[in-house]
Amino acid sequence: MIPELGSFSLILALCLSVLLGTLPIIGAHTNNQIWMNLARPLAAGIFVFLGISISILAYAFVTDDFSVSFVALHSNTLLPMRYKLTAVWGGHEGSFLLWTFMLAGWMLAVGIYSKSMPLEFVSRVLGVLGILIFSYILFMLATSNPFDRIVPLPPADGADLNSALQDFGFIIHPPTLYMGYVGFSVVFAFAIAALLSGRMDAAWARWSRPWANVSWAILTIGIALGSWWAYYELGWGGWWAWDPVENPPLITWLFGTALIHSLAVTEKRGVFKSWTVLLAILAFSGSLLGTFITRSGLLTSVHAFASDPSRGFFILGILGIAIGGSLLLYALRAPLMKADFGFDLTSRELFLLANNVILVVSAASVFLGTLFPMVYQAITDDLISIGPPYFNTIFVPLMMLLFVFIGIGPMSRWKRTSISYLVAQLSKVLAASIGLGILLPLIVLMEFSLAATVTMILASWILLTIGKDISSKIANKRSLAAGFKSLSLSYYGMQLAHFGIALMLVGASLTSYFSVERGVLLSPGESVDLGAYNFTLEGSSRIEGPNYVGEEAEITVMRDGDMVTDLHPERRIYVATGTPSTEMAIDAGFLRDLFVTLGEQKPDGAWSMTIYVKPFIRWIWLGAIFMAFGGTLAAGDKRYRRLRARQLEKAKRSAILSASGELQAAS
Amino acid sequence: MRPHRRKRLGIILFIATGLSVAIGLTLYALSQNIDLFYTPTQVAQGEVAAGQRIRIGGMVREGSVVSADDSLAVEFVATDYVHDVPIFHEGILPDLFREGQGIVVEGSLDTAGVFQASRVLAKHDENYMSPEVKAALDAAGASSESHQMQPGT
Repeated sequence: MIPELGSFSLILALCLSVLLGTLPIIGAHTNNQIWMNLARPLAAGIFVFLGISISILAYAFVTDDFSVSFVALHSNTLLPMRYKLTAVWGGHEGSFLLWTFMLAGWMLAVGIYSKSMPLEFVSRVLGVLGILIFSYILFMLATSNPFDRIVPLPPADGADLNSALQDFGFIIHPPTLYMGYVGFSVVFAFAIAALLSGRMDAAWARWSRPWANVSWAILTIGIALGSWWAYYELGWGGWWAWDPVENPPLITWLFGTALIHSLAVTEKRGVFKSWTVLLAILAFSGSLLGTFITRSGLLTSVHAFASDPSRGFFILGILGIAIGGSLLLYALRAPLMKADFGFDLTSRELFLLANNVILVVSAASVFLGTLFPMVYQAITDDLISIGPPYFNTIFVPLMMLLFVFIGIGPMSRWKRTSISYLVAQLSKVLAASIGLGILLPLIVLMEFSLAATVTMILASWILLTIGKDISSKIANKRSLAAGFKSLSLSYYGMQLAHFGIALMLVGASLTSYFSVERGVLLSPGESVDLGAYNFTLEGSSRIEGPNYVGEEAEITVMRDGDMVTDLHPERRIYVATGTPSTEMAIDAGFLRDLFVTLGEQKPDGAWSMTIYVKPFIRWIWLGAIFMAFGGTLAAGDKRYRRLRARQLEKAKRSAILSASGELQAAS
Repeated sequence: MRPHRRKRLGIILFIATGLSVAIGLTLYALSQNIDLFYTPTQVAQGEVAAGQRIRIGGMVREGSVVSADDSLAVEFVATDYVHDVPIFHEGILPDLFREGQGIVVEGSLDTAGVFQASRVLAKHDENYMSPEVKAALDAAGASSESHQMQPGT
C-alpha cells in the first residue's frame, strides 16, 4: 500500500506542475497578480510531494520491500543500511526520481531567494521550470515508475546493488553531480524568462549570476568526486577516461564556465547579451544530453543503465522540444538584444570573448568525439569507437591556449586596455614563469620532460599573474589590510578559482608525465622496486564482510630502508550475486599516491597485481575544491545583497507612495 | 570602413580563424583515432589487416582461458559461436571477466593471427550486454537469447 502512495504523490506533483507550467506564465503575460502569486506555493508543493515520493522509496529499501521491482533489483537483505538508503539512486528509475527531486529543490530555492526580483520575472522562471519538471514526472510515470510492483509473486530476496557501487563515492557523487547539472536548468529558465519578457538588461544578468556560479561550483565538485571515485574504485590508475558518460558533464561544465564569464560581461558592460542567452541554453542542453546518453543505452560505458528504447525516444522528445523551442524563441527575440556599449580590440571584453570561444570550441570537440560513433553507426551501420588520443590531441592544446588568457584577462581593463600597459605589467611575470617552469620539474622530480615544462610554465604564469594582479590592485592603498579589504568578494572568488585551475594543471600534468606503474606477480615474501619505493608482499588472509567474502593481501612499502606504509588491497566476492570486485589500497599523500590493485591468486599462492606511483595526483581534486570555493565565494558577493536591500526599500517606498496616492484619490 | 564596422569585422575574423583551426585539428584527430569494430566472423574471414588497431566483441569461449603461472600473460578465445579469434593479453583482467561472458578487446592482430589485446573491457552490470557484443552475436546468427548471461552465476 505504501509504495502506491509514492506513485500517488508523483501524480499529485504532476498535477501541480501542470498548473505551475501554465498559470504563472499566463499571469505574467496578462498581468494577473493572483495567478503570478501561485508560482511560489506551487513550486513548494511540488517539492513536498516529490520529497514524499523519494522518502517512500527510501522506506521501501529500508524495509526490504522486494515486491517493489526497483527495490528487488537493487537491494538485498544483507546490504548495509547506508547502501540501502542510497540504493535509491542505484538504478535508472530511482536516480531519475532523485534528478527530478533535485530540480524541485532548486525551484524551491528560487521561490525563497527571489524576493529582490519582480514577481512577473519570478513567475516566468518558475513557470518554465514547471514545464520542465512536468515532462520529467510524466516521463517517470509513463516509462520508469520506481514504484512498479512485481505481481503476483515477489522474490524472497533482492538481486543486490551492483558491487561496484557499494562504496562511499556512490553515496556522494550522484547527488552532487545531479545537483550541479540540474542547477543549470535554473539559469536556463532565467534566460527563457528574460526572452519571454523581451527585457534583456543588465538586471537579468545580475539575477542569474549567483545561480550560475553556485551551479557551476556544485557541478565542479560533482565531476571531481566522480573522477576521484573512478580513480580509487575502478582500479585502472587513471582519473579521467573520456568515457562517453563522463563527457556530457564536462561539456556542460565547459559551457557553464563560458557562461559565468559571459554573464560577467553582460552584467558589467551590457554586451554579449544574445551570446550569454545562447550559452545558458547550451549548458542546459548539455545536462539533458547527459541524461539522454546515460539512460537511452546508446553507448557502451560503465555508467550506462540497461537500455529500453522507449525511454530513449521519450528523452529525445523532451530534448528536441526543450532545445528546439528555446532556440526558436531565441531566434524570434535575438533582434531585441542590442549591445549597450562598444569596446576596443584589446579590452577585457575581448579577452573574455577569447575565453568563450576556446571553451565553446572545446565543448564542441568533446561533443563531436562523444556522438561521432553514434552518428557513424546510424549512417554506415559500422560500430566504431573514438579513443582518448582524439580527446587529448584536441583538448590539451585548447586548454593551454586558455591558460595563456587566464593570465591576461583579469589584468586587462574594460572597454580599452593599451597593449603597452599589458606588456609593462606582464613581461617580467612572463620571464619569471618561464624560469620557474623549467626549474620546478627538475628540482621537484629530478626528471625532464618538454610537455611537463610547458605545463609548468603555464601554471607558474597563472599563479604569478594572480599575485601580480592583486599586488598592483592594492598598491595605492594606505595599508596592506586596507588594500585587501578594498577588493570585492567576487574578485577573490575569481582569483581563487583561477588558483584552483593552476593547481589542477600541475596535478594533471605531473601525474600524466611522471606516473609509473608495473604489473607483477609476487609470491609471499617477494618484493619489487618501483620509482623510489620498494613493495613487499607479506602474505594474504581471508576476510569476511557483511555481504561479501574475500582475500586481503598485506604489502609493506619501504623507501631508502625506512618503512613508509602498509597497504591492504582486497579481492571480494559479493555473496548475493557472486560478483567479484577488487578493492584498491591507496596510500594518499600531498606529493604522491601509492596504489596497489590485486589481480588473481595463482595455485602456488603468488598474487598478480599492478602497482602505481602517482605524483601530485591529489592536486587535481584539490584544484577542483578551490575552484568550487571560488565560485561560491563570488556568488556571495555583497553586491547582490546590497542591491536586494536597496530594491526592497524602493519597492516599499513606491508601495507607500501608491497607497497614499490612492488615499488621496479616494478622499 | 567605419570604426565599429571594422571592429565587428575584426571579431568575426578572430572567431572564424579560431573555428577553422579548431575544425581542422578536430577532423585530423578524429581521422587518426577511429577504432573500427569487428566481429570474430569478420576477423576469421580475413577482413582485418595485421597491425591495424581495432576492437573485437564476443563471448569468452568456455574452457579457453589459460593464464601463465609465472607472469600476467593470459590467453583465451573470443567467439561469436560461429568463428573464434585467439586473444593474448598481458595484464590484470577486469573483475567481471569470466568464461561465457561478453567482452570487448582493443588491440591488433599479429602476423600469426593472434589478437594482441592492449585492453580488455568487461561490463560492470551483468544483466547488460554491450551493444558491440550483441551486434557480434546477432551478426553471426547465434540467438543472443540462448547465450544471454545468467544473472547470479
